[in-house]
Amino acid sequence: MSETRPADAAAGGPLLEARHLGFSHPGAAAPLFTDLSLRLAPGEMAGIIGPNGSGKTTLLRILGGLLAPDRGGVSLAGRPVRALRPRARARLLALVPQESQVLFNFSVIEVVLMGRSPHLGLLGLERPRDFAAARDALREMDLEGLEDRPLRGLSSGERQRALIARALAQEPRLILLDEPTAFLDLKHRLQIHEILARLNGRDGLTVVSVSHDLNLAALYFSRLVLLHRGGIAADGPPAEVLTAERVRQVYETEARIERDPETGAPFLLPRAPRRG
Amino acid sequence: MPPLTSRRIAVSIGLLLAALAAAIAVCSSLGSSGYTLLDLLPPGPASGGPGSAAGQGDAATAAAMILRVRLPRILLAAITGAALGAAGAVFQAILRNPLADPYILGVSGGAALGAFAVTALGLQALVPWLPLREAASFTGAVATVAFIFLLSRVGGRIASYPMLLIGVVTNTIYLSLILFIQTVVEATRLEGVRMWLVGNVPIEGYGLIGFLALLLLAGLLALATLGRDLNLLSAGEDAARSLGVSVETARGIGLLLASLLTAAVVSVTGPIGFVGLIVPHAARLVFGPDHRLLLPASALTGAIFLTLADTAARTVMAPTELPVGVITALCGGPFFLWLYRAQGGGRYFE
Repeated sequence: MSETRPADAAAGGPLLEARHLGFSHPGAAAPLFTDLSLRLAPGEMAGIIGPNGSGKTTLLRILGGLLAPDRGGVSLAGRPVRALRPRARARLLALVPQESQVLFNFSVIEVVLMGRSPHLGLLGLERPRDFAAARDALREMDLEGLEDRPLRGLSSGERQRALIARALAQEPRLILLDEPTAFLDLKHRLQIHEILARLNGRDGLTVVSVSHDLNLAALYFSRLVLLHRGGIAADGPPAEVLTAERVRQVYETEARIERDPETGAPFLLPRAPRRG
Repeated sequence: MPPLTSRRIAVSIGLLLAALAAAIAVCSSLGSSGYTLLDLLPPGPASGGPGSAAGQGDAATAAAMILRVRLPRILLAAITGAALGAAGAVFQAILRNPLADPYILGVSGGAALGAFAVTALGLQALVPWLPLREAASFTGAVATVAFIFLLSRVGGRIASYPMLLIGVVTNTIYLSLILFIQTVVEATRLEGVRMWLVGNVPIEGYGLIGFLALLLLAGLLALATLGRDLNLLSAGEDAARSLGVSVETARGIGLLLASLLTAAVVSVTGPIGFVGLIVPHAARLVFGPDHRLLLPASALTGAIFLTLADTAARTVMAPTELPVGVITALCGGPFFLWLYRAQGGGRYFE
């Protein structure tokens, strides 16, 4: 896949690269990944898709350096991600996990300021520079005016935006998101994807997001990585990845693939399984 | 809460220190003998004359009563409350559970069982010059922590929810063992440890109090470096890890320090319930959830609470003394239930 992106090599190599990953969950009968390699160039906006159990979340955690693979390795900006000090890693890479339960009554601004932690000393309090970064992140996520509200009092769309704002406050070069719109309605799904696309287009932030919504992923991501059976089944522009044949193989679902006449993005119309 | 500033930390801790000093002053003036701190002042010229000799004698008795009886007990109560309050805040953040505290996890129960076993076996009577009972209860508390740690390790990681479950079950086993000992050992033999079931602040020498105070100070200073990590752990394990926390290290250090603080004080006082549970919640209501302030605030709130509770324990039914654990449970239980209902019918605890 890297051969199709010669421009990235000229720009100084990949930002994130996974080489020959092998991984099994403890006690699992079959390995989850056998030999998975993936390169992400700076400024990419990639979606990771795949059926349940294909390892999307696990791959994201390995890419983020939160989980060690059994074999192979991940390098971030040219260095092994597991060898980076956690705080140094957190200044380059932010991860928005799916579990988002914040215990106790932390306010929105307190939660977003947590993103500044990798930039602070051991005993340090946040400096004006950190408040500025947190306020920028709040503005970016359209959360102005909610600073002092408890995170628990927010709607699920606002809460998800606050957690993305925390990641932005880290001022990372790369942001990994695990199904950021899983529990949101259509309006809020679009809103979060719009913001991610803006950050990617305007600031060159590299975005990698796990998604279950194939149509939304096809609309917003310029690259889709389809996981299936221990490896990558397809990787490339949405129109190349989402074919009726592949959807049948990977998702075991009959579907018709159409094209949005305005954007040219493919979209998928699943057919109900025949009864009887 | 608005974000933490150094000004807010300074004002909050200053107010709490003033409140603690006031509590200590008031409590050392309360007691069945009726002496107050004012009796310690040298008698003024107005009080001279025929009564002055008696006044001198009174001042000496007052000094003995306040400095040798009341003050050591008040200071020990303050130290114990501070240790339990801070330990509770650490347990709640690390185990990600608002119900976690050293008592519920069985750390205090381990201390009580140790003291009970040594007394029941008659070991303390054999070597009365050794602090055997204290040593046994310290060992009981530390062994419990080690045991819970080992059992709740899954794949090399400490799993928080299992840790709480294992702690609750361990604690129940301890209570049964204590009841068993009580049933089979003659009652006279257990006279000295009966108060240990619910916790009691004894009158100790200033040497031990100074030692515990140093231990507390060292523990709190070490915990201060974990403040931000505890905030991030409250936001979830993966969130903390992705924000640069070495989760296993931070958890290990935090649990170890909190357990040692608990073991040190409960080996002297016995298991005092509810302090570690409700003090952090009360402090959170007033000072916010940020652990950089919450840890010192919980320590000071715990010190104030247990000082007042212990003074109530020795005065409300004077000359009969209640175990302080009765007072903390009678204040703490209803407070916890109120908090549960007041915070949106339990949403705070989800």
